[in-house]
Amino acid sequence: MPSAASATSTSTSPVLSFDLEFRRGDFLLHAAASIDEGATGVCGPSGCGKSTLLALVAGLLRAERGLLVFRGQTLVATRERTFVPAWHRHFALVFQDGQLFPHLSVQENLLYGYRHRAPQERRFDLKQVLELLEIGPLVGRRPAQLSGGERQRVALGRALLYSPRLLLLDEPLASLDDRLKQQILPFLRRVKDETRIPMLYVSHAQPEVEFLTDRILWMEDGRLVA
Amino acid sequence: MLTPEEWQALRLSARVALWATLICIPAGTFVGWLLARRDFRGKFLLETLVQLPMVLPPVVPGYALLLLLGTRGPVGHWLEATFGIVLAFTWKGAVIASAVMAFPLLVQPVRVAFRLVDVRLEQAATTLGATPWNAFLTVALPLALPGVLAGAVLCFSRSLGEFGATMAFVGNIPGETRTLPLAIYSFMHVPGGETSAMRLAALSVVLAVVALAVSHWMTRRAERRLGYLDQHFARA
Repeated sequence: MPSAASATSTSTSPVLSFDLEFRRGDFLLHAAASIDEGATGVCGPSGCGKSTLLALVAGLLRAERGLLVFRGQTLVATRERTFVPAWHRHFALVFQDGQLFPHLSVQENLLYGYRHRAPQERRFDLKQVLELLEIGPLVGRRPAQLSGGERQRVALGRALLYSPRLLLLDEPLASLDDRLKQQILPFLRRVKDETRIPMLYVSHAQPEVEFLTDRILWMEDGRLVA
Repeated sequence: MLTPEEWQALRLSARVALWATLICIPAGTFVGWLLARRDFRGKFLLETLVQLPMVLPPVVPGYALLLLLGTRGPVGHWLEATFGIVLAFTWKGAVIASAVMAFPLLVQPVRVAFRLVDVRLEQAATTLGATPWNAFLTVALPLALPGVLAGAVLCFSRSLGEFGATMAFVGNIPGETRTLPLAIYSFMHVPGGETSAMRLAALSVVLAVVALAVSHWMTRRAERRLGYLDQHFARA
């Protein structure tokens, strides 16, 4: 139910706070929120701008106006012309269809982001992630040889191995049937509980968002209603 | 089998085509990527400029090169004064003429290849810490490689056959600018040259067939190595 985000008044400052405006043609997105530790769901009908919001947070799109602050670090401040590009944000984004690199093996895919972090910044190693997501037997395969569910687990593993400061998930289960969804949900839950990486989880399916997240933000017609 | 004169033409053609292809590959990959991925002011102008040699009579680009890069042309004069490089009526000039004429044949398949690479794969790479340049090198370029290879072979074949622009810019000097097609042309006009002309013409056909076969083989191999065929299969 659209219960307002359980605003457990935390003493610490928010993990992520933003107030962003983005326009494309007739579509205007305006989203403002403060997000605490744990997993936050963003829910709303398709076309309401959820994915656009994630792309703005990830740094794939530039907001026309606004502010984005992560743990006290300003990533976007249009007034000061501050824009930290995606590759310096250390947020990982899991796409709806995985977007695994088709020319690389599963193992090379998993290590793609890992190799872009300095050894002292890495929080997991390959073995841990293979165990967590039960994808060990897949490492030698190509993405084309994976099922939809396997592909999403590999995509999730690739994101984790990047040791993200924030994990962005854009409808990671939308392309899967119900049976597969039920297979993946426990893994996502495990990632949330065991890694404690703050998560922003976008989906139009409310039940899965309720199962996975600690609070839900609602989006409608490009507006985020906290 | 071949007379020394014929050998000379063949060797020269191979050298000119190889250099022209080596120049075209990096430039054509960049321009192909630019046309596939970026919108910018003057894009139509760049497109037209790249395609122009393909639709003009080849003599025209050759003549333009002569005006521009000839020893009395603005760029040619500067090149000679600054670096001591003379292009007009040398084999280096033949390389430039071939490169200009073959460039569109490389750019076209490269452009299509980049367009077929999902932009979101590069976006995924940047959200995993890759700079745009790094994402280009590790994701876009390997995935577009079959197109680059196919374009490179087309470019090489076109360079082997370059005639009009070469003739106009660097002339028909035995051992310096008399490439295979120019040699055939010359033999046709020499009494008793028919056998040589025919031999070289047949050789040209063989070279063209071999180039196409190599192109086909390399593209298939690259596609398979990239899991490209599998991908299409999986999507179907």
